[in-house]
Amino acid sequence: MLQVKNLTKIYEGNVKALDNVSFEIPKGQFLAVIGLSGSGKSTLLRCINRLIDPTEGQILWDGEDITAATPDEMRRIRRRIGMVFQHFNLVHRSKVITNVLAGRLGYVNPAWSLLNRFPKEDMVKALKQLERVGIADKADSRADELSGGQQQRVGIARALMQDPNMILADEPVASLDPVLAHSIMKHLEEINKNDGVTVLCSLHFLDLVHRYADRVVALNEGKLVFEGLPKEIDDQKFKDIYGRDAERVG
Amino acid sequence: MKNKKASPWKSIQTGLAVLLVMIVFAYGFEITNIDLEELRSPQRQTSLQRVTRALVRPDIVEFEKEEERANAPVYVPCPEDGTIPELPEPDTSGPYIVASPACAAPSESVTVEGFNFSPNSTGPVRFVPGSDPANVVELGNDTATADADGHFVAQVRLPGRESEDVQYIRATMRHNIGAPRFTETAKVTWEKIIETVFLALLATTLGTLLAIPLSFIAARNLMKPVRSPLTSVSLSLLGWPIGIGLGFLIVNQIGAMSALIADSIAANLLSVVIAPSLFWVAFRWAMPQEEIKIPSPALRLARLFVIFIGVLLAFFALFQLAELTTTISLALRPRLGAAGFLANFLFQVSDILRIITPAAGALAAGAVVGGTLGRMGQRTAERASASSVKTLNLILTAIAGATVFGLVGALIEWLYQVGRPEYTFWGPIITGAVLGFLLALFTKAKTTLPTGLVIYTVTRTILNGLRSVEALVMAIVFVIAVGIGPFAGVMALGLHTIVSLGKLYSEQVESISSGPLEAVTATGANRLQTIIYAVIPQIVPPYISYTMYRWDINVRMSTIIGFVGGGGIGFLLQQNINLLNYRAASAQMLAIAIVVASMDYVSSVLREKYV
Repeated sequence: MLQVKNLTKIYEGNVKALDNVSFEIPKGQFLAVIGLSGSGKSTLLRCINRLIDPTEGQILWDGEDITAATPDEMRRIRRRIGMVFQHFNLVHRSKVITNVLAGRLGYVNPAWSLLNRFPKEDMVKALKQLERVGIADKADSRADELSGGQQQRVGIARALMQDPNMILADEPVASLDPVLAHSIMKHLEEINKNDGVTVLCSLHFLDLVHRYADRVVALNEGKLVFEGLPKEIDDQKFKDIYGRDAERVG
Repeated sequence: MKNKKASPWKSIQTGLAVLLVMIVFAYGFEITNIDLEELRSPQRQTSLQRVTRALVRPDIVEFEKEEERANAPVYVPCPEDGTIPELPEPDTSGPYIVASPACAAPSESVTVEGFNFSPNSTGPVRFVPGSDPANVVELGNDTATADADGHFVAQVRLPGRESEDVQYIRATMRHNIGAPRFTETAKVTWEKIIETVFLALLATTLGTLLAIPLSFIAARNLMKPVRSPLTSVSLSLLGWPIGIGLGFLIVNQIGAMSALIADSIAANLLSVVIAPSLFWVAFRWAMPQEEIKIPSPALRLARLFVIFIGVLLAFFALFQLAELTTTISLALRPRLGAAGFLANFLFQVSDILRIITPAAGALAAGAVVGGTLGRMGQRTAERASASSVKTLNLILTAIAGATVFGLVGALIEWLYQVGRPEYTFWGPIITGAVLGFLLALFTKAKTTLPTGLVIYTVTRTILNGLRSVEALVMAIVFVIAVGIGPFAGVMALGLHTIVSLGKLYSEQVESISSGPLEAVTATGANRLQTIIYAVIPQIVPPYISYTMYRWDINVRMSTIIGFVGGGGIGFLLQQNINLLNYRAASAQMLAIAIVVASMDYVSSVLREKYV
């Protein structure tokens, strides 16, 4: 159970990215976060694993206060939260297998990282994750030799390496074509259903939201403007979320 | 659109600007003594001609020469009675010369004809004063070149050496025999250019190795997120000097212990093998590769102890390794003959190892103690109540300030020898304590300070400051520190390489894409792991490229670092220029040009291949 309470983030220059946002996610739910570009979706996701420090408010995860965690505690918390990015954020010049293994860094002793060594079990595990996302044959390719869809699968495999209890997906399909988008979303859905991993996924397209999400929260200029089931988004709600001039596509 | 309208004020401004530029350039001409008249003076032109001609004939190859001499009698002036005494017929079996007429007044010319010389030989034809045909003194500067038949005709101007007795004209004709061979200059140049290339190689290696870690702490994007509470800063400031002192003492103690069994090769060998194995076992036990649960305090303490022992063993092994290497190198040196430089290399390496081991130990201990105390401070600041943290800060920061200022005071005392403790000891300590106290008083107990940015700024300032000192100037300092020779050059070029590469590298770190950084941080990796897995893979190509570029610069710099005694070919070049020995200087310039050009080519090929 993740509880977000009165979360506010003000960037330098008095830009309010999040404004008093509160909501809850039960364990194992697939939650979609929607809203226009710049509405605070990315900031919200990054506040949850403290890539960005919130200005005010609290985030409780199974009762543990993430916002008050010390660096050591944060390392332990982060390693249970996988993250998938819009631009995949792979290390281009490293091999695919190394990128996947990087998901294990929260567990590996830093002294061993200095020697560039991962335990044998992790190597086996990394290959298994690549198999799970269907690109085991690419393990030794360089990450930038892969297509967009394949790179995102590597991103998912990296998140899976963390044995996550929760995955934060920041517009995971926004840079992919619709066919690939579905295949990536299916992977996330499968992880959500089979492994019971909570998924927070920010999305652009409402049809993807209808198809995959259990529940939706919507942000507009940093404020929470909607919280409920995907089917409850009617035309009026749509205009609240996306603005008066928006038109529905798909 | 109003701006586009022509206004008299604008025109005046432009006019004034043009005038100003002209004045600036006029002053520049004056200051730099631009004077083309100088170029036209015949004296300049002859010397320019002479030097240029010498420069295009580099002193690289020469031939074995053979000489043929022949004398012809001559009277200066003609005898008063007008009759020339009977002269002996020249020996026509070998080379001979005939002067005609056989007498002339001083400063008149006679025609000298030579026969039977070696084909194409050349040499001076000069007047020999006195009546001794073997006299070594020769006057005049006429020369002759024989044709394919060994015959020549030359005009020789007679000097004002009058005598009633017979005097002589001598032709000394030389010709090349055998294959060309390298001159002494060429050999010395070759030796020195090799020295130059290796000087550059060592300087680049040294510089690169040290510039890489520096570049991380001089990169804004890596350092900006580093923030720590005041408690942590003060404690780690205290921890560093304590750790360095302790580490130095302990490692030197180990060194003394190692020296006890230094002479026994068996003991050396045994400890070099056993100590690292023990260290490895300790490391494996105390640093499990992955740990899901938080270990108990007792276990952590036990691990710390084991690691401590392991590190002591490792240092012991380093000392023993140094001893062993020395022994081996000394034993090998007489047996290797021409490859003796390998033994010498081993010996120097062992010496370096012996010198840097205590320094490395001190630094490592400083980092460990400083880091541990810093973490303790961090934890205290996070857990304890605000008021107690505040009190702690007041005390700790005052002590830390006193320590830092005290150390700076000690440095000033050492540099300037003030000799008055109220200025260099009590003064700084009290100032530091007061400043620290005030800082703690005005800082909120739990706010974090931008320590990363402070370290970044200090590093950048030092890099920029040192970078502005030319390597040539640094070489002058190092020549005083380590003596004239290539070692001083290596140190100077190395230092300059560190600071300039440090800056170039850190700019590369600043320009990496932040996505992977974010992703790796999100997995729970700590800062070190983030650098290894997200930063380093991104900066490898530009680092290689800059290192090549720097190696290129260093080769070029090492050719002139000898001008100030830094070794390499520059010393030779300068010497020959000063001795007006332009043909030798030309050989050295040619060598430099070849090395620099080929370096340029090699580095561009390598860059293309790896980047």
